[in-house]
Amino acid sequence: MSEFVTLAVNGIAVEMPAGSMVSAAILKTGTQSFRRSVTGEPRGPLCGMGICFECRVTIDGEQHCRSCQTVCRNGMDVRTDG
Amino acid sequence: MGDARDLLVVGAGPAGMAAAWRAAQSGLRVSVVDDNPAAGGQIWRGGPPEATVWFERIRSVEVDVINGARVFQQLRPGTLLAETTSGVCELSYKSLVLATGARELFLPFTGWTLPNVMGAGGLQALVKTGLPIEGKRVVVAGSGPLLLAVAAYLRGHGANVLLIAEQASSVQLARFAVGLFSKRSQAFELKRQLKGVPYRSGCWVLEAHGTEKLEVVTLVRDKKRLRIECDYLACGFHLVPNVELAKLLGSDVEPRGVKVNEFQQTTVANVYSAGETTGIGGLELSLVEGEIAGLAAAGKHDAARELFPLRAKQRKFADLLNRTFALRDELKHLSTPQTIVCRCEDVTFERLQKHSSWRAAKLQTRCGMGPCQGRICGGAVEFLFGWRAESVRPPALPVRIDSLIHK
Repeated sequence: MSEFVTLAVNGIAVEMPAGSMVSAAILKTGTQSFRRSVTGEPRGPLCGMGICFECRVTIDGEQHCRSCQTVCRNGMDVRTDG
Repeated sequence: MGDARDLLVVGAGPAGMAAAWRAAQSGLRVSVVDDNPAAGGQIWRGGPPEATVWFERIRSVEVDVINGARVFQQLRPGTLLAETTSGVCELSYKSLVLATGARELFLPFTGWTLPNVMGAGGLQALVKTGLPIEGKRVVVAGSGPLLLAVAAYLRGHGANVLLIAEQASSVQLARFAVGLFSKRSQAFELKRQLKGVPYRSGCWVLEAHGTEKLEVVTLVRDKKRLRIECDYLACGFHLVPNVELAKLLGSDVEPRGVKVNEFQQTTVANVYSAGETTGIGGLELSLVEGEIAGLAAAGKHDAARELFPLRAKQRKFADLLNRTFALRDELKHLSTPQTIVCRCEDVTFERLQKHSSWRAAKLQTRCGMGPCQGRICGGAVEFLFGWRAESVRPPALPVRIDSLIHK
């Protein structure tokens, strides 16, 4: 297994240490807003442990994935909604 | 039917690992199920050196660790359902240990919903899982010993920790320092790692400012306001136990956590609970409670009894901890009428104020009815309005439709 994986966040390629979470990869690309709230506010990760659901994004077409509990994989396509 | 193992442990943090190890050592067939991609819980995320002995213990016995599986429902007594990326699994057991840990308590203040305002443990978890923090300006605020551990960790990874703001007063903290006597070496180590970082007691966040993300934080101390520009605000007000699964299974829950007897057994037969789930008490208490639960589940009550004195000592420390970091009343007045309390449904403070109970507020405003199911705002409304969450109904977490129609 290689030590790094490369994934795309909103089309931007980002390299992360193997085992990193998608939430960290998103922030590393400079994106802070992961989604919009029901009234349109920007939101990003809060709890970091799968409880708050603020970090949910679309991963490989599947909506509402908690990025803080999803490990980065090579070739992953991550879309934020912020 | 799933395979009915002797013991199922929910939660692979310290308490769950200790329970699994003791039970497996005693000859039980044990599985541990956890929602995270790897074992260790929050405190041992990433497998720090101090956890090595416990990871080795788990490897030394036969324990089946199921990661990335979220328990959301009881199919029938003795069988739980968990959702994984590849579908639903049935987990059948003869005995169960609930070691579901704790989450941070978040209190609303203006701007707390801005991106880059996170929990203290929340930011640490992100850094542990790959977020580069080097050179970033961080304010750590809120309450509890976690703030120090988080600040030391972030600094060790190159963060510029500008301030640690602890809401507890210096008088409260002085009592705690005396009680820390037994944990002296840990305290000295933290002090060394945090040399030069201002630690302010009686200091708390009033407001976070920014438009699309956090830019500035305003804090107060001795009635004086401080404005600090920063990249991250790591803010948590100590911890609250995760009791939802215990409630779903019908266990009695007290204000401090899941109710257990001396053998860590809940009010439901064959269901045990250990660690932060039964009351916030820290790592050592979690470990010894886990060991007692594992031994008791294996019928080794005499061996479990031998650990009671150690547990009693750790509980005393936990009581001191919880008294020290009791939250001050001023924190009830941080919200303005427009401050959002429920982040899932964007319910403001003024909309909640009109109601007299959690149930009424939920029905009229949808507070606590979004994806987190009140896990974030529940602790806040309890502190702000004194409303306690009522029963938990299945599913305990939002799951995919095909998980719900599992037969």
